[in-house]
Amino acid sequence: MQTFAQLLDSLSFESARNAKLRLIETYLRAVPDPDRGWALAALTGGLDFPAAKPALLRGFGQDKIGHELFALSYDYVGDLAETLALIWGTNPAAGPPPSLGEVVETLQRATKTQTPAILKRWLDALDSTGRWALLKLLTGALRVGVSARLAKQAAANIGNQPVDAVGEIWHGLTPPYRPLFDWLLQGAPRPSSNAGGAFLPPMLANPIDRTELDTLDPAHFRAEWKWDGIRVQVAASGGVTRLYSRAGEDISSSFPDIVEAIDFEGVFDGELLVRREEAVAPFNDLQQRLNRKSVTPKMLKEHPAHVRLYDVLQLEGEDLRGLPFDQRRARLEAWMALAPRARFDLSPLVTFQDWAHLSELREAMKSDGIEGLMLKRADSGYLAGRPKGPWFKWKRDPMLADCVLMYAQRGHGKRSSFYSDFTFGCWRDGAEGKRALAPVGKAYFGFTDEELRWLDKWVRDHTTNRFGPVREVTQELVLEVAFDGIARSSRHKSGLALRFPRIHRIRRDKPAAEADTVDALLRLLP
Amino acid sequence: MATDTLNPRSWLYPTPRGLYCEPGDFYVDPAVAVARAVITHGHGDHARPGHRAALATSETLAIMRARFEDMPNTTQQPLAYGETVRLGEVDVRLAPAGHILGSAQAVLTFKGQRTVVSGDFKRRADPTCPPFEPVPCDVFITEATFALPVFHHPSDAGEIGKLLRSVATFPERTHLVGVYALGKCQRVIKLLRAAGYDRRIWLHGGLLSLCKLYQDHGIDLGDVAPVSDAILETFKGAIVLCPPSAMTDRWSRRFADPVAAICSGWMGVRARARQRGAELPLVISDHADWPELTQTLKDVGAPKVWVTHGREEALVHYARSIGIDAEALHLAGREEEGA
Repeated sequence: MQTFAQLLDSLSFESARNAKLRLIETYLRAVPDPDRGWALAALTGGLDFPAAKPALLRGFGQDKIGHELFALSYDYVGDLAETLALIWGTNPAAGPPPSLGEVVETLQRATKTQTPAILKRWLDALDSTGRWALLKLLTGALRVGVSARLAKQAAANIGNQPVDAVGEIWHGLTPPYRPLFDWLLQGAPRPSSNAGGAFLPPMLANPIDRTELDTLDPAHFRAEWKWDGIRVQVAASGGVTRLYSRAGEDISSSFPDIVEAIDFEGVFDGELLVRREEAVAPFNDLQQRLNRKSVTPKMLKEHPAHVRLYDVLQLEGEDLRGLPFDQRRARLEAWMALAPRARFDLSPLVTFQDWAHLSELREAMKSDGIEGLMLKRADSGYLAGRPKGPWFKWKRDPMLADCVLMYAQRGHGKRSSFYSDFTFGCWRDGAEGKRALAPVGKAYFGFTDEELRWLDKWVRDHTTNRFGPVREVTQELVLEVAFDGIARSSRHKSGLALRFPRIHRIRRDKPAAEADTVDALLRLLP
Repeated sequence: MATDTLNPRSWLYPTPRGLYCEPGDFYVDPAVAVARAVITHGHGDHARPGHRAALATSETLAIMRARFEDMPNTTQQPLAYGETVRLGEVDVRLAPAGHILGSAQAVLTFKGQRTVVSGDFKRRADPTCPPFEPVPCDVFITEATFALPVFHHPSDAGEIGKLLRSVATFPERTHLVGVYALGKCQRVIKLLRAAGYDRRIWLHGGLLSLCKLYQDHGIDLGDVAPVSDAILETFKGAIVLCPPSAMTDRWSRRFADPVAAICSGWMGVRARARQRGAELPLVISDHADWPELTQTLKDVGAPKVWVTHGREEALVHYARSIGIDAEALHLAGREEEGA
């Protein structure tokens, strides 16, 4: 556990990608099985400890120093695991600290009632860094700036393999991944990749703007609408059907309606949407379906899911990724033409003459379900990762509104201790004809570090009221907020919900009275 | 001590200019220039220029002269630790605070009632100043910079060990160590010497005058030299001390691939360390941590505690939970952070 804790500690202070890779590689080479496998599982998000949830840890902290002091501590540190690690003292009588393998294997066997006593013993035995690492591991959010892909890259590097060679077999492997390390380090054969329903690493796009487009030849590119859903991979192979998020997370259980409708063999790339009578519902509707372990029949009926396909990676056992886009597209269209598919349709190509023409089409498209355009090179194969050149996303320009800052709260993670979560509002007619602000959204990014320091100070200097961790401020600072869409919402006081709001500019020059009204926002509704 | 009828707030209270002692007609660490000030120590948020008269330890007065162009217009009254002087109707004594060179608590006695203004303090050993002296009193005014149970400063030796291990691991890289010019800088040098590091320690120009002042007060810093005297090659594997602000300044670009170490009590919280850009955070603080603060409340035994600058909420809560009549005291001109 201590070695793993040192790894996490170093990673958390290292910002350079290559240095992070070196740290993980060094660890994976030096630490024997099964600990290194458990570490890799932790870094790729492959471990889950259902008995050790935040409420349990909060209870530990409150028992240790009392509710009030724990609340103040947590508010200051901004991270539950770190707060508990810092307030908990090491007890020299607690015996030797556990190894990572011991932690994982013990917790997998322990019952829910046994877990608290085991955890307390380990917290006593570890030092502050060890406790922090243990608690990060248990709560499943390491936040050390390492993506699953980066961790797999480090694993691939120790065996001098390309990362996609690891990515392709990944879903056939389970922690602590002994066959993987046997292959990477001992020269054993590569573990089989033909496990059914395997995830294939997706191809990602780079952002582009109008001026950059002029450096490209429009004849080389195909255009599609960029749908405002979530990117998914429909994987049906070897008798197994699965739905994956872009990051390779298996989200099948949240979308049984999609999985049940898969009566074919193939791996497809598409956009997951909620669709009602031909129309794409706002992203907000899709959000209701995400991150749910079980789905109610009512939810299935009222928020029916749908996948709009735009690429095919494998068809009836044949790998199509080496084919150019145009040929894959032809195969996809031919396959779709074979039979009508409930819950699946084809994302159409947008035909255009030149960039000016495409720009007009982009401007004219007002549909709420569309975020912009995708541009794909006609002659490019399906390449894993984010290669520069073949795929671009050309997003719609954001909508803007001038809002007034109303409340601020301390942020978490990198922004911990800064007032960095901002609730802002727009004017609405209130009682007796007096205008009052109604909150329309919350944003916690979009500003530079320097602006954040300025905002933090402004909040501290203009606080009028405190509600626990929330500060109310004088209603005089105008924030220009950018957002990608707007929808009606019964869950918000103002009756509307902004999509992806962020602080675009701080309008110190603008009097608060001149900020936008809720009515003006409602007029933006599609 | 103790006169039950006298309200301690009637003779010592906060004003917009700072904490004012009415029967003595002086301020303690005022935020602006005043007629008469008692200064606990030389840090900028406690010692300010322009007072007509200032009373402090001779070390603190020397620090103030070094920072404020000799203070020719200030009548300076040095007072040694343990000696008592009467200002108006109030007896004033200075007791060691263990914070930095010359740092003191102001022990004020009026009509038999004793209030101690601790200024900033810490309880662990510091080779550059005498240790904090707990003074029994009726009212204890405490700082609260690190007054949360999350602050347990580890041992200084352990933190210096981290720095020396990093120097051994990256012998080709310069270790830039961010330290405050007054107190932290000289203490870190002394800690390095105590750990057996006897190589030359390089100093940013902003640290020179106060290091000289410490040396003049008999504190041996060993082989130290200004960075400006050296050519580039020298800094490979060297330890260079600089103010934290210089680490992101153009000044630091002269060093190839430096390791950014920052010495501060805030480094105990990861997000803080990352926000400051520390690659090697070292928890070395001149302020009391939570165990020291709570132990001090027990040691001085004051029935009333006033808590100033920092996270006063938590310390007030704790003090009340052990039966102390505690309240927050908001003083003008105190930085919330900067330790």
